[in-house]
Amino acid sequence: MSESDEVWKVNRERDGKRETFESNFKKKGPIGEAFAPVAGFGVSLRNFFRPTVTEQYPKVKNPTAPRYHGRHQLNRYADGLEKCIGCELCAWACPADAIYVEADSNTPDHQVSPGERYGRVYQINYLRCIFCGLCIEACPTRALTMTNDYELAGPTREGLIYEKQDLLAPMGEDMLAAPHPMVPGTTDGDYYRGDVTQVVDAQIEWVRENRPEEPTLPENRDAKEASRG
Amino acid sequence: MTATADKPAAEAVETVTLTIDGTEVTVPKGTLIIRAAEQIGIEIPRFCDHPALKPAGACRQCLVDVASPGPDGNLRAFPKPQASCTMTVTNGMVVNTQHTSEEADRAQKGVMELLLINHPLDCPVCDKGGECPLQNQAMSHGRPESRFVDVKRVFEKPLALSSEILLDRERCVLCQRCTRFSKEIAGDAFIDLQNRGAQQQIGTFDEDVLDFDGYRPVGAAAEDEAGKAFSSYYSGNTVQICPVGALTSAAYRFRSRPFDLVSSPAISEHDSSGSAIRIDHRRGKILRRLADNDPVVNEDWITDKDRFAFAWQNLDDRLARPLVRKDGELVEVSWPEALAAAAAGIRAATAEPEEGDARTAGVLVGGRVTLEDAYAYAKLARTVLGTNDVDSRARAASDEEQAFLGSAVAGTGMGVTFGDLEKAPTVLMVGFEPEDEGGVVFLRLRKSLGRQQVLTVAPFLSRGAEKLAATLVPTAPGQEAAALSGLADDAREALSQPGAVIVLGERVAESAGGFTAAQELAAATGARLAWIPRRAGERGAVEAGALPGLLPGGRAASSKAARAAVAEAWGVDSLPEKPGRDTAGILAAAAAGEIGALVVGGVSASDLAADVPAALDAVDFVVSLEVRRSDIASRADVVLPVAPPSEKSGTFVNWEGRLRSFATAIRTDAMSDHRVLDLLARELGAALGTGTVEAVNSELAALGAAGTGERAAAPKAKAAKPAKPAKGQAALATWHQLVDEGALQAGEPYLAGTGRVAVARLSQATADALGVARTVTVASERGAIELPAVVTDMVDGVIWLPLKSPGSWVARDLGASAGATVSVKGAE
Repeated sequence: MSESDEVWKVNRERDGKRETFESNFKKKGPIGEAFAPVAGFGVSLRNFFRPTVTEQYPKVKNPTAPRYHGRHQLNRYADGLEKCIGCELCAWACPADAIYVEADSNTPDHQVSPGERYGRVYQINYLRCIFCGLCIEACPTRALTMTNDYELAGPTREGLIYEKQDLLAPMGEDMLAAPHPMVPGTTDGDYYRGDVTQVVDAQIEWVRENRPEEPTLPENRDAKEASRG
Repeated sequence: MTATADKPAAEAVETVTLTIDGTEVTVPKGTLIIRAAEQIGIEIPRFCDHPALKPAGACRQCLVDVASPGPDGNLRAFPKPQASCTMTVTNGMVVNTQHTSEEADRAQKGVMELLLINHPLDCPVCDKGGECPLQNQAMSHGRPESRFVDVKRVFEKPLALSSEILLDRERCVLCQRCTRFSKEIAGDAFIDLQNRGAQQQIGTFDEDVLDFDGYRPVGAAAEDEAGKAFSSYYSGNTVQICPVGALTSAAYRFRSRPFDLVSSPAISEHDSSGSAIRIDHRRGKILRRLADNDPVVNEDWITDKDRFAFAWQNLDDRLARPLVRKDGELVEVSWPEALAAAAAGIRAATAEPEEGDARTAGVLVGGRVTLEDAYAYAKLARTVLGTNDVDSRARAASDEEQAFLGSAVAGTGMGVTFGDLEKAPTVLMVGFEPEDEGGVVFLRLRKSLGRQQVLTVAPFLSRGAEKLAATLVPTAPGQEAAALSGLADDAREALSQPGAVIVLGERVAESAGGFTAAQELAAATGARLAWIPRRAGERGAVEAGALPGLLPGGRAASSKAARAAVAEAWGVDSLPEKPGRDTAGILAAAAAGEIGALVVGGVSASDLAADVPAALDAVDFVVSLEVRRSDIASRADVVLPVAPPSEKSGTFVNWEGRLRSFATAIRTDAMSDHRVLDLLARELGAALGTGTVEAVNSELAALGAAGTGERAAAPKAKAAKPAKPAKGQAALATWHQLVDEGALQAGEPYLAGTGRVAVARLSQATADALGVARTVTVASERGAIELPAVVTDMVDGVIWLPLKSPGSWVARDLGASAGATVSVKGAE
């Protein structure tokens, strides 16, 4: 009789009634009883004849489920202005305190997002992030979404704090990199409603004047492609 | 408090008993329903109600069901819900708030829906988001869904009321807290309600901005000299009391969210009022400062300087490590090396030469340091450096002032308080501009507008004095003593009323006989004296004995008994006997080569009329204790970095004599002056014992105030004879404006933009006599200042300049202080 049994006994005696424990498994027959010690091999044997599910990562990279919670992305509007307004609601929603944001004012010389406010500093610490997606739900402009990129490992801690430039969505075909003015005559509301669908000449002119070297300018894009081709 | 504020508890208070939500409560008569509900923990939503402002009933959010007994004694319900922030309680009243009355709840929800109709849903970009009464109360008391489907009203945004204050009109719920504050508290009514109905909005009288469409205000639009609207020294308070994000400050716009911030209580380092503030910081960086409520000092308000001027301590030129001059260049070194170099330098510079007398050391302390720091400077000078040459008055000062401070201010504890000032039937101000030099003192005085007679001895009625409805006692600078002796009989009579106060500013020191005359006047009339200096550390330095003739606690350095008492407490054989020199005297002695070493802390050379660079160059060895690289630090041989107020703990003694202790808000490696001096003294082979705030405070407590026979005698100085300016000359009047180019206001362009345009003021007769039209050039032997001239109703033969405003650094450029004769030339 072990020590725990003693305890049970004492408890039973104290409670004044006998505890009975009955298994709800079906009782096996005599053959079952006889094979019981090696029954476990049956599981292995059965799986010899089933297809394998082992993924050959990283040699083979299988696509994730479409709504897989991977690395975040900061999106842009069609004309290249950033959607993030630096409101910090993502940081507020984050249960792991993984997001750090500092906002600043847009100025006519430095318009990064439509409206008055933009995110000057944007960091996600992937050592803390638990990929719950609450930040995505909190984002009022759909600036922050999640990609299916799951390869988030690195040799340093610093490297796993992703900065804004690491998180920003790649420039689309016809986009013009911010900062540049908004489409003339529009408000941040128009952008939000999706009424701005492309870069206009005024914006290209402005960038041409202020940053002639900007690689996303049409002529620089063409030159790049020409040199590549 | 409100117009219906509670009377002081000492008086028998008539009370009223009423029932709120079934709970009986007894409150003083005249209490508002909303306050009575607060007392029993029932919260009624509100926007316009503010305990320090008069009731307005503007937002209608606090509607409750009220029934009160009629003439026949029967309870009669009001037909509609009533605003609880405007209705006072009556006996037997029955109030049902949203908790017990469906009608009140429905009414409140309706009002909230109405307020939200035109309110933009831009909470994500709004600075108030997260700490917004509208956001919070819409969540707790509003309907979950809006029935309003039309397009919201929009305005061009933001409207800059000043360079600092921005107005987003579409967020405004027209509670009028800002306009009521401006009118009732600050007296700068530059914003008001415009238009009617749905078009109603807050604005300035600017027809272009408000799109008046030919519709003009009937009266003249209010403008200050700068031609700018809303140029108020207290405008930042409107941002703090705005219950929505309609008013925001440019300095804090889009900088952070309330949940990012760590709040630490603190005391403002900008003036001698010792206003309670709250420092909000994020990752060791101050992002904003707010007024804290301190009913006995600053109530709910602070000046814009207290609120916005904090960038100076984190500018690029902040000193992180000690500097030592090597081969003519200041290079960063370690602390031990710097302290060793400082000690060796001081020792060498004050060593006994082979022939002649040893040169002494001197200590210059600015008026910005804390009580503990000032004590350490004073103790270092007297015990380690063996000199009385220590002065904390980095401004015009006089021996008469020192005698006054020693006999009537130092070690006297709490004298006249803010409350006394508010209750005083008569206040006579001498050498003191309430708004420019007093900060929140002005707000306290203005609270008694109409109940208090204010007299000001000044060359002209400044805007601050005008807002106090002050009576001018026209006085040329330097002639204050004569003005006080020759005060009219009715003014003397007014000062004889019990509770009358004579306020002496730091500029009385510029006028010979001023303190003597003020003390005589006080003795003759029975009025009490209050000395209100400008800088935060002045009173603390007086208490700590950081003046040449004063030891801690108001003991006179000239008194043998006092020296013996302090020497015993400090554990030294004796204290230096030779009378000390004041700041000007020390600098003159330095220039003459009599001083070998100088320890300078918290002084801006540009505040002093003396030729500081020349004096520093003549000194062998200069040790500078500074937060930032300054004009003095750049000429020093060793620069020791010290902590700004937010990174240290300590005590400011405000002008009342109230100890305003503060704890460290942001922890860094930076050390306070008193700790650095302790280390320096150790290197010099002495134990200063000022390593911690606690050590200093226990020493100060043990020393206590001066005993009998240890004090300085009251000042006895003769009044100066009126100067007779020659042709082309005028007497100089000057003082600091609140927002100017002081060292602690650096790096804050938005605040600087709210300052007043620098102008020279002179009377019409003076202008005619000197041939001044549009601009005027004021010159002395050192230099000249050219400013636009403004003809003001003021004393003839006097020209007024701002002391340190853009383009007018009087001390540096003219090398003169008030009362000096300067030559004045007009120009087209």
